[in-house]
Amino acid sequence: MRKIYGFHGGIHPPENKHQSLRSPIADAGIPPELVIPLSQHIGAPSRAVVAVGDRVLKGQMIAEPSGFVSVPVHAPTSGTIAAVEDRQIAHPSGHAAPCIVIASDGRDQWIEHGGKADYTSLDKAELLERIRNAGIAGMGGAGFPAAVKLSVKPDIKIETLIINGTECEPYITADDVLMRERAGEIIEGTNILRHIVQPHETLIGIEDNKPEALAAMRAAAEGSDIDIVEFPTKYPSGGEKQLIEILTGKQVPSGGLPADVGVICQNVGSAVAIRDAVVDGRPLISRITTVTGEGVAQPQNFEVLLGTSMHYLLDKAGYSAEKNRRLIMGGPMMGFTVPSPDVPIVKTTNCLLAPAESELPTPPPAQACIRCGMCAEACPVTLLPQQMFWFAQGKEFEKLELHNLFDCIECGACSWVCPSNIPLVQYYRASKAEILQLRRDTEKSEHSRIRFEARQERLAKEEAEKEAKRAARKKAAEERAQQAATAGGDEDPIQAAIERAKAKKAAQQAGGGEVSELEKLEKAVATTRKRLETATGKLETAKAEGSDLVEALQTGVDKTKAKLEAAEKALHDYQQANSGEQAKPAAPTDAAQAAIEKAMAARAADASLSPEDKARGQLEKLRQRLEKSRTKLAESRENGDEEKIIEALEATVERLSQKVAEAEKQLQETEGA
Amino acid sequence: MRITSPHAHGPMSTPRVMLNVLLATVPGIVVMTHFFGFGTLVNILWGGLVAVACEALALKLRGRPLGFYLKDYSALVTATLLCIALPPYSPWWLIAVGIASAILLAKHLYGGLGYNPFNPAMAGYVILLISFPVQMTAWAPPRGVGELPGLLEALQACFTPAAFDGVTMATPLDVMKQNNSLLVKDLWQQNPQFGRWAGVGWEWANLAFLAGGAWLLYKRIFTWHAPVAMLAALTLMAALFNDGGSSASGGSPLFHLLSGATMFGAFFIVTDPVTSAVSVRGRLVYGAMIGALVYIIRVRGNYPDAVAFAVLIMNFAAPFIDYYTQPRTYGHQRSGGGE
Ligand code: SF4
Ligand code: SF4
Repeated sequence: MRKIYGFHGGIHPPENKHQSLRSPIADAGIPPELVIPLSQHIGAPSRAVVAVGDRVLKGQMIAEPSGFVSVPVHAPTSGTIAAVEDRQIAHPSGHAAPCIVIASDGRDQWIEHGGKADYTSLDKAELLERIRNAGIAGMGGAGFPAAVKLSVKPDIKIETLIINGTECEPYITADDVLMRERAGEIIEGTNILRHIVQPHETLIGIEDNKPEALAAMRAAAEGSDIDIVEFPTKYPSGGEKQLIEILTGKQVPSGGLPADVGVICQNVGSAVAIRDAVVDGRPLISRITTVTGEGVAQPQNFEVLLGTSMHYLLDKAGYSAEKNRRLIMGGPMMGFTVPSPDVPIVKTTNCLLAPAESELPTPPPAQACIRCGMCAEACPVTLLPQQMFWFAQGKEFEKLELHNLFDCIECGACSWVCPSNIPLVQYYRASKAEILQLRRDTEKSEHSRIRFEARQERLAKEEAEKEAKRAARKKAAEERAQQAATAGGDEDPIQAAIERAKAKKAAQQAGGGEVSELEKLEKAVATTRKRLETATGKLETAKAEGSDLVEALQTGVDKTKAKLEAAEKALHDYQQANSGEQAKPAAPTDAAQAAIEKAMAARAADASLSPEDKARGQLEKLRQRLEKSRTKLAESRENGDEEKIIEALEATVERLSQKVAEAEKQLQETEGA
Repeated sequence: MRITSPHAHGPMSTPRVMLNVLLATVPGIVVMTHFFGFGTLVNILWGGLVAVACEALALKLRGRPLGFYLKDYSALVTATLLCIALPPYSPWWLIAVGIASAILLAKHLYGGLGYNPFNPAMAGYVILLISFPVQMTAWAPPRGVGELPGLLEALQACFTPAAFDGVTMATPLDVMKQNNSLLVKDLWQQNPQFGRWAGVGWEWANLAFLAGGAWLLYKRIFTWHAPVAMLAALTLMAALFNDGGSSASGGSPLFHLLSGATMFGAFFIVTDPVTSAVSVRGRLVYGAMIGALVYIIRVRGNYPDAVAFAVLIMNFAAPFIDYYTQPRTYGHQRSGGGE
């Protein structure tokens, strides 16, 4: 028996899982229309490669990835492209996003596809490519592309591969039924993952409230050295960091990745999707979604095509809108309220929860914090939620960070136990967003300060150079005048000869200075060239190995190339300027300056094209919107507007802050990637 | 409508916490009433009324919704705790001054529930003790040692104190402290107020508060850390200085555990979440230091019991304790805030 380590805190909310476990997985069928968002994952959205009117087959790629942290999108069924346009999607903000709309023809006609049953003949790079091409991302709910997660640097050794079958959120049973009904496929997928990561040990972690799933998985894993680990039910055991701690006793360092402690984690749903992609060549076009809550007559699990409207799926389970107070995507602890039931099911939709008001009542207004410490006891990350709440109220951001606000996983355990009903997690979300914004702002002002100072310096330098030139010209004129004057008088040939010799020597000396300038430039060219060579070499090997770093290396090479060009140009300019008889004293500096400026311009241009900047731009816009709605809210509060209006505005502000937070998160990830 | 997660909430609520605390005081109050008569009950009834009035007044002055805040029962808890600590048969004005100080000064002046650095009940108690030392040390003799006044007399004692002629008697803690010539054994024989382990009545009252506290622990209203640390520290101190029962003895550990406000303090005052340290380690330190202080003040200080002073001193220290006992967050090497 394996040692179970456990983690700090945690809670035991009512599970409410039995409702949706009464019947096996049902097929949700083919809806008349599918709306497929281009961004169903964390990272850059995919690019549509089809046009309105195109006929597509089931499994055909309809959008391609647009970066390393991106995945393609496939047609879930055959039909015609009806539109490529912005539609409302399942997002807490309720915003619209680019989608591809397919009018299905009901024939469900597959595109030619094929897998490789003998996956062991494929190497790691090929397998990762297949996984990425199948569009597998975030079956567990976070939406991270599986291939990215599996691409660890070659110098990191993965000790433990963990397959997450925990599913600790109340109500959700999608993974549970998957393990019950498709244990064999999960094990097959797990074996493919093992082939990719080559771990020492492979663990599948399942909570003890799923005895059927445990039995099925144990039977399927019989004879392999995959370890099915059962451990006591507690929320949030399914959190990646928590599960890693439970099974290995290791903690992922703050701000780090599981790979830093030699662990890779994948969800059971991802394991099946990976198996389908590799063995059958079937891309990710459907998933298991739990439909539950008192708002539906027959709660159960569906295998549903991505892009199916939530309404369509809810109707299959006997949805009654009157009974349902709000529709939640995900579970009651971490899910979010869906803006409208017309939005489509996406890769991360593990559950549709349609609770009655009595089931998940609207929380009463918050009371004062009595510092009871129940939140601290419940926190799986060992934070002090009440202190953070205190600081969040006072906007003491420094203290918040000292209290490790950014380690909060927003699991909601603290809010759940708080006897005073304080929406703690909301405070943390808002504070995180605000801190990130402040950071971005100071960064920006720091940038512009540096830029400003550089400009000032350059101007001063130019001014000084001009001044020097003017002085030199004046002196030359004077000398000429003097010479003319002397020539006019008794010419002393010896004196003149000495003068000339002196002048020559001086010129040589000056030339010596120029030589060193020249050397500098030549050296710059040489080193840059060398760097380019190494970078290109690395890129080649990476390409040959099919490493995931190719993209990053490519940009590196491009940048170095630009630098080299600039350096060469500078050298060339300098040589030209000096090939003439009389070198202008200011020329070398000018040329170097120009080179630097050009390089800077190139870099700037480069940067302006980067996804980061784009994301930044978007974020900026979002922030502006948030600001606007905040002011509006304040205004209507002041005017004493109707409760409803204020509520609506509050909701908008909340939504926008969330969006901002998400955009920030995404940006951070792009920056990190 | 709450748009963001979590959408679910646990069963606990602040009013429920407060009601549980009130309920848990019942056994102690019953035992005290049995041994000391109706004095404590009258205290609590009158004190409760004054407390609700003060709370309403303060809320009104601060422009807060009355109904919503009164329903958290925190004022009643404060009143009940203070009135248990007051001597039975206290005059109405003494109680009123104490409650008003507790609710208006110690609680609302600092911003109300959750913002008060000092335990309101203990702050009120100490204000009274310093201002009216005579009334505050006038304890009635327990049943079996002296005559117990009836309910009517108890009411009279409270509302027409001039007409009430109650008997008072030194408490066992007083006797123990003032003793400088007798062996503890002889002290026990010569003073009727000593019982089996500690004072007559006191020992049972302490056991009853212990039972109430145990029930709260079972209901997970608070954690064991602070009270257990306090009792352990007190026991340790008493054991160290027991001195085998000579005339210089400070009293046995058992005597200290079952005397005065020990158990009441451990489970109803030290556990006050608002004014104590918050982390687990912090609560251990906080409780232990109160336990040690209680012993020192009892034996060396000028006041007969020490729980109130010890608690107030440690209320001061709680923020510092918090600062130095911040727990290690997941994925961090050491604590973030404690340097
Ligand atoms: S659970 Fe709520 S009331 Fe208790 S300390 Fe935490 S925030 Fe305060
Ligand atoms: S939401 Fe954050 S602070 Fe609250 S329990 Fe979860 S991790 Fe801890």
